[in-house]
Amino acid sequence: MNAALLIARRLVSAVVLLGVMSVLTYGLLSLSPDGPVQALLGNRPSTPETVAAIRAQYRLDEPFPVRYWHWLSDVLSGDFGSSVFAKQPVLTVIAERLPVTATLAGYAMVLTLLLGIPAGMAAGLRRGKLLDQGVTLVALVALSFPPFALGLLLLYGFAVELGWFPTYGGGDLWHYTLPAIALSLGQAAVLIRQTRAATLDVGAQDYVTFARARGLGRMRTWGSYSLRNAALPVLTVAGLLAAANLTGAVFVEQTFSLPGLGSLLVQAVNQKDIPLIQALVLLGGAVVIGVNLLVDLIYLVVDPRVRHGAPA
Amino acid sequence: MSAATTTRPGVREHGRRPRIAGGRVLTTTALSALALIVLAAILGDWAAPHDPALQNVELGPTGPSATHLLGTDDLGRDVLSRLLAGTRTALVAPVLIALGTTLLGTTLGLLAGYHRGWPDAVLMRLSDLLYALPGLLVLIVLVGVAGGGTTIAVLALIVLNAPSDIRIIRSLALGQRELAYVDAARTLGLPDRRIVFRHLLPNLAPTVTANLLLSFVSALVALTGLSFLGIGLPAGTPDWGLMIQENRTLLDLNPWAAVAPALLIMITAIAATLLGDSIFERLDAGKGVPE
Repeated sequence: MNAALLIARRLVSAVVLLGVMSVLTYGLLSLSPDGPVQALLGNRPSTPETVAAIRAQYRLDEPFPVRYWHWLSDVLSGDFGSSVFAKQPVLTVIAERLPVTATLAGYAMVLTLLLGIPAGMAAGLRRGKLLDQGVTLVALVALSFPPFALGLLLLYGFAVELGWFPTYGGGDLWHYTLPAIALSLGQAAVLIRQTRAATLDVGAQDYVTFARARGLGRMRTWGSYSLRNAALPVLTVAGLLAAANLTGAVFVEQTFSLPGLGSLLVQAVNQKDIPLIQALVLLGGAVVIGVNLLVDLIYLVVDPRVRHGAPA
Repeated sequence: MSAATTTRPGVREHGRRPRIAGGRVLTTTALSALALIVLAAILGDWAAPHDPALQNVELGPTGPSATHLLGTDDLGRDVLSRLLAGTRTALVAPVLIALGTTLLGTTLGLLAGYHRGWPDAVLMRLSDLLYALPGLLVLIVLVGVAGGGTTIAVLALIVLNAPSDIRIIRSLALGQRELAYVDAARTLGLPDRRIVFRHLLPNLAPTVTANLLLSFVSALVALTGLSFLGIGLPAGTPDWGLMIQENRTLLDLNPWAAVAPALLIMITAIAATLLGDSIFERLDAGKGVPE
């Protein structure tokens, strides 16, 4: 399969996925137990006039596909409607909260990479040694850490007892350190396992054996052969990590009272603010699908084997 | 299929783990911890020193004392009794989800891996789709908006968790179907169903068992997470996740009210993970997993 075809297929499947997500999100409106009118009314008084206005505004009397189509064309032109409770355009509400979540997610991603890759490589290179055993065990255990429980323990230990960190809210990076640690440990564990496995794979390759037989130094073998090839697993799990980052942020923001998109989603769900939920879920899905698409494209660039159609 | 969707953590590195020194001690500790937690779930109501719902607003949040071993929350309710009362709810639903996920994932994985053909293609596309969704986000919205409570959450988690089992079992079944014993069984004219369930499945037992425990852990984390967000449960229910949420502002008055449930969730998750890992290692020993 040549590269162009591969790209085309990936693009098509990303668009299809986004389409499925949008139908599901739009369907949410009809799922809400009190019916769409009540959900869209929120705390406004339910008079015949307001109900009629809502029905007309959201085209509730038209069949589902027609309604969906109008909603979708609005969304595609950047109009997600208004938040039922904030009474502001949904995108304005989201834009206000975005920096907090972006900071948290970025910080956590950096920590994940700084922790995951070196630890995974070190374990892979010292296979079976005490270091490997320790790292493998910690990664195995950390995989099952729920970020909110971990976050709470960090909050208690380092913020309340030791007083090294602030206990709640956003601000400078210091405020984000504990949340980012809580968010990144589980993800780092995924990365460690993946990197370790890749390092073992690479270490068993003939070209590495040959490089060593030729008498190349350790640093040279690791630096020019192992590191490059072991970097691929980072890409492989990037989509997974993006999804983990998004969902993890919901919990961690709640634990540390950070006013980000995660706490916005929880608030919107509790208030049944459907337009806001639709926008948040669609954006979240789009981020994950986008990252996966990006990963596939980057693979084409960095791994010639994929480019030339060999199974990766 | 691209590399990004075929390689998943947990699939490749099976059987290539180092033997961990003191592994036996760890396994014993994990097993004892789980046994204690199960015991608490069974005896919880009987062993609780106080009524978990009994309020004592005048007392308010207090630290540990002789009458309240883990102190009280802001409504003066006994933390230890509430923890015990929450143990059963914490375990039952994840166990159901783990059983459901493993049953569904193993059956479909065997089907896809052994029969290949269109069921395989359809299942792989479907699991690609589910992988691309941020599952927990979907769950939060589904349970929060539809308000279906635990039943919806259990069913949704089974569907969301099954794809990873399907993939793991499928890739193993793909390898097994080429082996001589499967060939032999086929030559003898045994029906496919018999080959798959009586000959192939026992060889995958270590993975199935490990999957069962891993599914339990992810279900536990997801469900306590949902209740931590205050979704799907009425306020005041004695539940580990909800207790963390309700008591996280009391960290300076009675830290145990929030720290103890957090610790319990972590300990249960870690113990089940370690146990799953050690069962896998033990059952798989001598099976000659290719290095």
